[in-house]
Amino acid sequence: MAQMFANGQKPEVLFWVGCAGSFDDRAKKITKAFVKILNKAKVSFAVLGTEESCSGDPAKRAGNEFLFQMQAVGNIEVMKGYGIQKVVTACPHCFNTLKNEYPSLGGNYEVIHHTQFMNELLAAGKITLEGGIFKGKRITYHDPCYLGRANSVYEAPRELIQKLDAELVEMKNCRKKGLCCGAGGAQMFKEPEKGNKDVNIERTEQALETQAEIIAAACPFCNTMMTDGIKNKEKEASVVVLDIAELIANAADL
Amino acid sequence: MEYLPNIIFLLILLLGIGFFTRNIKRLSRNIKLGKDVDRTDNRGQRWANMAKIALGQTKMVVRPIPGILHVIVYLGFIIINIEVLEIILDGIFGTHRLFAPLGKGYDFLIGSFEVLALLVIVAVVVFWIRRNVLRLRRFVKPEMKGWPKKDANLILYIEVVLMFLFLAMNGADHALQQMGASHYILAGSFPVSQFMAPLFEGMSTSNLILVERTAWWLHITGILFFLNYLYYSKHLHILLAFPNTFYANLKPLGQFNNLESVTNEVKLMMDPSVDPFAAPPEGNIVPEKFGASDVTDLSWVQLMNAYTCTECGRCTSECPANLTGKKLSPRKIMMDTRDRLEEVGKNIDLNKGIFVPDGKQLLDAYITREELWACTSCNACVEACPVNIDPLSIIIDMRRYLVMEQSAAPSDLNNMMGNIENNGAPWPFNQMDRLNWVNEN
Repeated sequence: MAQMFANGQKPEVLFWVGCAGSFDDRAKKITKAFVKILNKAKVSFAVLGTEESCSGDPAKRAGNEFLFQMQAVGNIEVMKGYGIQKVVTACPHCFNTLKNEYPSLGGNYEVIHHTQFMNELLAAGKITLEGGIFKGKRITYHDPCYLGRANSVYEAPRELIQKLDAELVEMKNCRKKGLCCGAGGAQMFKEPEKGNKDVNIERTEQALETQAEIIAAACPFCNTMMTDGIKNKEKEASVVVLDIAELIANAADL
Repeated sequence: MEYLPNIIFLLILLLGIGFFTRNIKRLSRNIKLGKDVDRTDNRGQRWANMAKIALGQTKMVVRPIPGILHVIVYLGFIIINIEVLEIILDGIFGTHRLFAPLGKGYDFLIGSFEVLALLVIVAVVVFWIRRNVLRLRRFVKPEMKGWPKKDANLILYIEVVLMFLFLAMNGADHALQQMGASHYILAGSFPVSQFMAPLFEGMSTSNLILVERTAWWLHITGILFFLNYLYYSKHLHILLAFPNTFYANLKPLGQFNNLESVTNEVKLMMDPSVDPFAAPPEGNIVPEKFGASDVTDLSWVQLMNAYTCTECGRCTSECPANLTGKKLSPRKIMMDTRDRLEEVGKNIDLNKGIFVPDGKQLLDAYITREELWACTSCNACVEACPVNIDPLSIIIDMRRYLVMEQSAAPSDLNNMMGNIENNGAPWPFNQMDRLNWVNEN
């Protein structure tokens, strides 16, 4: 972003990478897949890079409103400096926080999730899906809580899966009744409380019931939780967890 | 002496309504112990939600079996109330079936009340079986032991008894009409209670009148009793579902409120022109408490939520933490909030309007930290609630207290927050490495 700004350019959209997308080895692949799509579609975009900082979501859900607002105010200042108006992100937590919780602190942007953005790109013909390596494959979609229930985005990711000519199979709990992967509310960063099962195992069992070959995720944290669940069930050989951006990038042969 | 029944009736009626008014006042006083929150925006949307969700029961029928059964009981409750109006007027004026001149319309009304009464009995019996024979999982959770279970069954018994009394009253009336007893004019149709005729066979007119009058009196006093039972039970939802859906949150479920008190502090910290050595402002300004440790730290909407909860447990049955055996149950959060609020209210009543600290608070004495930290903030409970109760907001407010007032987060979370503070990510990675992914393969 700093480079573009120095050159007097203004990107059409800011790609908010998020902490997972920047640091987590698995999530970095999602970041790259999405960047390939953006490049293919010739979208003028920028990332904040080292000027980006945690959106504050895990701090806020953990109850640390101070830390959240400090993060938010800092990020808002950086984005204000660049005159950012539109933000796209592959993380539903950043998406929710920037879209809903930044405005009253002075950060007003059009925030969209990458599944919505990819849909727009397809509709505008900026990317096309050829071949059909996913044709006829059974894919189940896991609704991230912060995309689905939290922001009522249920159809954008599903439309993308359907455009792959794949067979979309739903889990017992889906859409409004989607079951959490277990990572939300800052649970990602702590040990679970005592119980008889981990939440991601419960959700993985639901996914396996569908006999899907691919579990499509739209959140880096859900991705981690479901991948761990699949490992726990020793199903790595038959089931893969992929982000929708990876599905699209693979289908478009990027 | 002629007017004795009218006078007794009027006394019972006034007593019933008077006591109810007292309870409502207490209820409203307790709810107002909550902090102010503005929910007066978007009135159109609010009325629409109330019409759809409370009146139209749209979130009830998400689960079709209990949903439809509930709609029957709900319609029965509302529609049969038209009959209660007639009963009250009859009681006051000493008339009998005052609305009878409506003719065919009256026959239709009484007929449909009877059909509904029968359907209500069927629905309530199924409800009872679900709770006590099938023992559906959400009805036998730990928080349902003791009074909550008794309360639920008691409500079902009262409803069945009221419906039977209504039908008995009509059945006896019908028999008396057939016998041509004076005062019992031919009015109404009795599609259900006519089948009670064999019960009344061979009874003398005076005995039949005794049956009819007894059923009539027990029915109306039963209704007044039920009205006053509401406040002491989970059944308040029949009234509070309406304001509760009206005042419910309209924002996206993922949007948590930004604490204004914190915003002010953050602004001060960020403002370079602030003198850090400035003397504190004059006067006794009590610093604001961050988050909630007791019911009075919650908002009045959250407190109304607590009174509205009818302990159906749909929230708990969808909660990922509860599903996997953790202690957290969103229903218990609401029940605890209500029980503590009742306790605080009684304390205020006993101490001439002032709350005297009792060494307890909602946190720890009712809701444990283990429950609070098990939440994934997934909003499944909020979505599942048929009357838009928001247990998640209470959990978050209590976490805020734990973190910001007590620094009592689990150590893993302290590490995570330390990382965000130091290097802008929940993991210990250097912020300068944020763009490294570009050059990695």
